[in-house]
Amino acid sequence: MAPHSLFAVARHLSREECEAIAKKVLSFSKADECRVTVNSGMRQNTRFAVNQISTAGDNYNVSVDIRSVIGKKVANVSVNRLDDTALREAVANSERIARLAPDDPELMPELGPQTYRDSIVWNDATASLEPSARAEAVRAITEPSRAAGLISTGYLEAQAGSTGIANSNGLFAYSRETASAFTTTVRTSDGTGSGWAGDSDNDFTRIDPDALAARAIDKAQRSRNPVGIEPGRYTVILEPTAVANLVSLISRSLSARSADEGRSFFSKPGGGNKIGEKVVDERVTLVSDPFDPRVPASPFTGEGLPTQPVTWIENGVVKNLAYDRYWAQKQGKEPISGGGTLSMAGGESTIEEMIASTERGIVVTRFWYIRGVDPRTILFTGLTRDGTFLVENGKITRPIKNFRYNESPIFMLNNLQMLGRPVRVSGSEAGGPGQALLVPPIKARDFNFTSTSDAI
Amino acid sequence: MPGTAEAAPQSAAARSQQPGDSAHRELALRAIDAAKAAGAEYADARISSARSQRIGTRERRVTGIGDSETFGFGVRVLVNGTWGFAASSDLTAEEVTRVAKQAVAQARANRVAMVRPVELAPIHHPPVPNGRWRSPARIDPFTVAIEDKVAYLLEANEAALAAGARFVNSNMFFLKDEKTFASTVGTVTQQTIFRAQPGMTVTMVSADNSDFQSRQSTDIQPRGLGYEHVVDSNLKSRAAGWVEEARQKLTAKPVEVGRYDLILHPTHLWLTIHESIGHPTELDRAYGFEANYAGTSFLAPPEDRLGKFRYGPEFMNILADRSAPGSLSACGWDDEGVAPEDFHIVKDGIFVDYQTTREQAMWLDWWYKQRGMETKSHGCSYAETWADVQFQRMPNVNLEAGEDDTVWEDLIAATDNGIAIIGDGSFSIDQQRYNAQFGGQVYYEVKNGKITGMLKDVAYQMQTPTFWNAMDMIGGPRSYELGGAFGDGKGQPSQSNAVSHGCPPTRHRQINVINTGRTA
Repeated sequence: MAPHSLFAVARHLSREECEAIAKKVLSFSKADECRVTVNSGMRQNTRFAVNQISTAGDNYNVSVDIRSVIGKKVANVSVNRLDDTALREAVANSERIARLAPDDPELMPELGPQTYRDSIVWNDATASLEPSARAEAVRAITEPSRAAGLISTGYLEAQAGSTGIANSNGLFAYSRETASAFTTTVRTSDGTGSGWAGDSDNDFTRIDPDALAARAIDKAQRSRNPVGIEPGRYTVILEPTAVANLVSLISRSLSARSADEGRSFFSKPGGGNKIGEKVVDERVTLVSDPFDPRVPASPFTGEGLPTQPVTWIENGVVKNLAYDRYWAQKQGKEPISGGGTLSMAGGESTIEEMIASTERGIVVTRFWYIRGVDPRTILFTGLTRDGTFLVENGKITRPIKNFRYNESPIFMLNNLQMLGRPVRVSGSEAGGPGQALLVPPIKARDFNFTSTSDAI
Repeated sequence: MPGTAEAAPQSAAARSQQPGDSAHRELALRAIDAAKAAGAEYADARISSARSQRIGTRERRVTGIGDSETFGFGVRVLVNGTWGFAASSDLTAEEVTRVAKQAVAQARANRVAMVRPVELAPIHHPPVPNGRWRSPARIDPFTVAIEDKVAYLLEANEAALAAGARFVNSNMFFLKDEKTFASTVGTVTQQTIFRAQPGMTVTMVSADNSDFQSRQSTDIQPRGLGYEHVVDSNLKSRAAGWVEEARQKLTAKPVEVGRYDLILHPTHLWLTIHESIGHPTELDRAYGFEANYAGTSFLAPPEDRLGKFRYGPEFMNILADRSAPGSLSACGWDDEGVAPEDFHIVKDGIFVDYQTTREQAMWLDWWYKQRGMETKSHGCSYAETWADVQFQRMPNVNLEAGEDDTVWEDLIAATDNGIAIIGDGSFSIDQQRYNAQFGGQVYYEVKNGKITGMLKDVAYQMQTPTFWNAMDMIGGPRSYELGGAFGDGKGQPSQSNAVSHGCPPTRHRQINVINTGRTA
């Protein structure tokens, strides 16, 4: 590998380097089948708090995952050293462990060579984002916050790296990916108001720090001194981030096997699953499309299977569930990988129109501490945070104290009233790039708020 | 209680020179020298070699065996009062020097946004030039044969299936982290940390597929121990009991919403302590440093809360430690070379101290002076891996047992209309730690001093100060147990901390209970 300057395009292994490592690992292998996955790259971040940079970190890592199959026995070993001794030892370890494992009756053979579409997830600007550029982006938020007498805190992360997969059947896959996220929470100095703004994109230049500052500052100022109102069922106007926080929960429940086994929302009473059944409002369509340039994802799965666009729910009807290769074969289906990105179709309404059409309702910026309560209904609990407002007679009238909800995205999407234009959001609670999500703002009735919180 | 190198527990194994020890020491020293030469006023370096293993099963099948090793180093520097941090997996002399310079360059870049320079509190003990510490693991999990581990899990699954489980998943996880730390203060420590967790989930499905209920083994908690923790947990002998409880949950009575006296088992209460006492008493949260993710704290500003805020009744004492044998947070020195000491967070019901690092202890200088105490770190610095920068993380935060010999059964016998909760389940709390909602694994209706049947769809919603001030009974030393978790998230990028919480059972009067069951 060439020497590296202090700051340049984020360090990662090229296709040739991944191929060379993979070839070497496969040459060491004595197993019946072997798969090697090489991940490498940099994760770079800058944090700020109380209007100044608090910490920052740049790290480079590479990991080599080796999966050895002997007969019907399997084991995985992962190392992050690339010298021959370490790789030889890892291969030998995976084979030794595999021999000790019992047969896996669900073992699927390694795939043969595949054809992939080119990855569209890489962006040079994101991969070259230096600490000084990150510090400048941070200043675009800290300076106006300070000038307004407010306290800003936030996080900027940029990732760049590559993944190479090879196996003993001749498969080779390689892609490079970048990701970035920038989020901020601006609080009033008296601690009575808080506003959040955030964005996520594989291309950092599409994130506008000035716009984030303006949004978070405006929300902080408008949310000062909230009043408490009674919990209960309210019409809600959910900004896109809040929609993403809830709708993304559905993508964790899409396993066909769990549904077929009777332990999922998508299980059908009496047996089987809900494919073909209408489960939400007919305006709801949920898609994962790895080649949508707004929310791109890898062209292959961890096994090296090419990814393709999947429609999960179309016009309210369940179209597909996720089948791993074993369950697909058993059920006579094609494998469909779950996870990945998620896009929800929208409508033409603006948030302003949603507010104007609402007699009494609540505008939610985002949700927090979202945890499962009942998998039978995809029921989750969590709280509103950083910008929650009351709407009365078509206008935002005042900030309100935060609410805890107990609600399911399924119920919410059955109570839809209006949809706006989808936008990409940062749906990760931790503020990292997370799952790429493209969702509209929505208005829904009867959202279940169960208690209030004094938390600002 | 480890104080200095001399006082630290040193088993024969801990004293022996591991292969690579001297090389790691040399590289760590090289890193801090390079940082100093590049202009750092303070630097520390951590080299870590961490091995983890995960084995998963379902029913009669192994779903995965994974062995993972990660090796690398991180260098943290302070340049004119600004932090910089860089890390790499290439552990060579040239890369160590390059990364140290990169950390310094980054600190300089960060200066443009500096308002107040960082100051570090002095360390209360002399530098430790050759400190050694090792978790009190009796059996290194990586010396136990895979087939024995697999057999242990499959036998436990067989016991669950024999008891009628429709589905059973079981797993075990182990970590062995060998960490070398050096700082410009003159401290060099080498520590070996072990963690172990066995677990099982059994699921029952109703005959018509209209309902399913699971019981997770959350009463078996992760520990800072070796394979002996798996052996002692004996999943096989407990599986049938969990299956029976999952079966009963299918036909349990849905809870009626209302206010109940809650009797909380230590296997449940530890998580409530973690969320409603552990997190709000982190000083960085109180000063707004975590506002963008983990949140701030209702215990702010410190000058209005320290010594003034009543957390709970007079018999409530919260003690923090990193010394309890087998606990997850135990260590000889934290990730900035400070030997932690036990300290009270709540004394006689009053809030008296926060969790701190060297940087943060300075923020409470006024309070410690007022109390005639030394201004020093409580030793709460921690980083999940070599690739992460260290920051303030929770030590073990424990509710001390009461003085008499009260046990779980006494709390039940003293309760007229209550719900007893065993095991941790769903949990969620707001960003200032006021409003929380907790579920459990098993819920029992308590009437006139007796358990009268199982309930389902139970969760309680609470306001932290009200909940702890509603505590009117507490178990004694005999009923004290250690709970805990691996996945305590905080920071950006989010890092996982591992922490234990000891507590006895407690009773809390008139807490709001909701019914979480809905029909799709």
